[in-house]
Amino acid sequence: MKPVETIIQIENLSAGYNNIRIIENINFEVFKGEVFVIIGGSGCGKSTLLKNMIGLLPPISGNVMILGESLSKAFGKEKNRILRNIGVAFQSGALFGSMTVMENIKLPLKEFTSLPESVINDIVWLKLNLVGLTKAAFLMPGELSGGMKKRAALARAMALDPSIIFLDEPSAGLDPVTSAGLDHLVMELAASHGITFVIVTHELSSINLISDRIIMLEKDAKTIIAMGTPEQLKNDLTNPHVFNFFNRTIHKGEK
Amino acid sequence: MSLPLFTASKNTHGALVTIAGRLDAKGTSSLWQSMDKKISSSDTPDLTLDLQQVNYMDTAGAFFICQIETLAKNQGVKNIFIVNLKPEFSPLIDLAKQIQQKDFSDQKPQDLFFVENQGKHLSDALSETKEFITYTGEITWSLIQSLLHPKTIRWADTFLVAERAGVDALPIVALISFIVGLVMAFQAAIPMRMFGAELYVANLIGIAMIRELGPLMTAIVLAGRSASAFAAEIGTMRINEEIDALTVMGLDPIRFLIVPRIIALTVITPLLTIFSNLVGILGGALVITSLGYPIIAYYNQIASFVEWNDFAGGLLKCFVFGILIAATGCIRGYQTQSGPSAVGVSTTRAVVTGIVLIAVVDGIFSIVYYYLGI
Repeated sequence: MKPVETIIQIENLSAGYNNIRIIENINFEVFKGEVFVIIGGSGCGKSTLLKNMIGLLPPISGNVMILGESLSKAFGKEKNRILRNIGVAFQSGALFGSMTVMENIKLPLKEFTSLPESVINDIVWLKLNLVGLTKAAFLMPGELSGGMKKRAALARAMALDPSIIFLDEPSAGLDPVTSAGLDHLVMELAASHGITFVIVTHELSSINLISDRIIMLEKDAKTIIAMGTPEQLKNDLTNPHVFNFFNRTIHKGEK
Repeated sequence: MSLPLFTASKNTHGALVTIAGRLDAKGTSSLWQSMDKKISSSDTPDLTLDLQQVNYMDTAGAFFICQIETLAKNQGVKNIFIVNLKPEFSPLIDLAKQIQQKDFSDQKPQDLFFVENQGKHLSDALSETKEFITYTGEITWSLIQSLLHPKTIRWADTFLVAERAGVDALPIVALISFIVGLVMAFQAAIPMRMFGAELYVANLIGIAMIRELGPLMTAIVLAGRSASAFAAEIGTMRINEEIDALTVMGLDPIRFLIVPRIIALTVITPLLTIFSNLVGILGGALVITSLGYPIIAYYNQIASFVEWNDFAGGLLKCFVFGILIAATGCIRGYQTQSGPSAVGVSTTRAVVTGIVLIAVVDGIFSIVYYYLGI
């Protein structure tokens, strides 16, 4: 599959907190159906970039375009309409603790559609089946393991069949087997449902396995220092940051 | 965004249903109601479902197609043909069919009967009471140990808590006590004036504030202000695994967190009560002087009527109230479960348990004082 249609466009984006710029003048595109991975060392602005892309943080300057519409310039109902095209699975899962897993997934369907209850239940079971959590449907989030929470969060992010799903550190805190299971789930969903994934991660094995394209951010440069397929970045010997990241070596002068 | 078009017709080969447009959750929502009638009117053995003009389909759309098939079968349609389905939609429809054929009813936990439910509540309440008693015992033991070895007490934390729970509470205690004294004096003065006994309002204010209302008002303010704060602080530490960290470091969390709070509140409650008594009496003085009596008359009246026994009895209660408020707040915080509402639940329970215990213990003190003739 060769993705060609642009689904997200980042134009001259500068972002940060309290006017302190963590990333500056970033430009890139995400294509429909690809698994797009954002990598970089701690504090390089991955989460800031993600928060800008999902509309949680307004950019200092620049623009985030989702499906051809500007998310950064939209407000209120208009912004909510654009946000309905995306699903987000947060690092901790961010499941609502007072609801069962099933109710968590049901919530967006009940709020945003007027489908009959039986159909909503069918959709929820389908999503739970996709992430392999049918047995946990009636459990509370507090009763789930870390991996189950992430899968439940993914199921909730998929509830309204969004075109794009954002995953924040999906492998963080998971054992390699559970993490690999989640990777395969992402690949399967991307292939079978044509969902575009934007993933922030540190996990090298995940990056190699799932990503179609990668961007790497760097703290001092405050911008993208490398962009390409995993093979291109792994074989890039010119940039020491990229080389160190993919070969797990330490920067010169660092200990 | 236009809604999908749903048309049903008959031709020589049977019924033909044509769907066009976006088959998504929003679009199909409007079609579910009308679908029954349209399908039931097509009482022929064959049904052809033409999806050529469907340009988008999501999970809700796939279930919509499945539902048309189910309805048609229930209406006696023998053969259903889905034609011109775009290949990208086919896996989603297959998945939806699989889900509809599965039975998930066994996943739902069985509801408990009334008796089972009541039994569960009783069992929970008993185990919670046991836990409360255990913690009370542990705290008492730690407190005794700490008092026998004062060097082990974390005095810096104790003074900090005393400042937050005591000094910072002065304005609210002053406000409430002043208003209680003022209102009580004002309300009592109206009927007493009829007997020319306005000055005896001083006796009422003095005895009521010093024996009962001063300690009680202070304790209730502290239960609302400090017990909830203790429960929230310790509950958050519980959730953040800070208490587990203390335990694995070999530091007793009760000595570390709870003992300083109990010592601070036990000392601060009587001091706040003395302040409350004074401000309450001042509130009464304002009413009495406004009625034309000199302040010295008000003072003499109180001084001659209220005895040291009354004052000491009130203060003794405060020591107990202080221990109760701090211990309840800390224990409820210590019992915090996981989940986002857990800290809220703990703080609520800390305040409610605190106020209930204050009321009960105050009643017990009244009875004991009555028999002791205090």
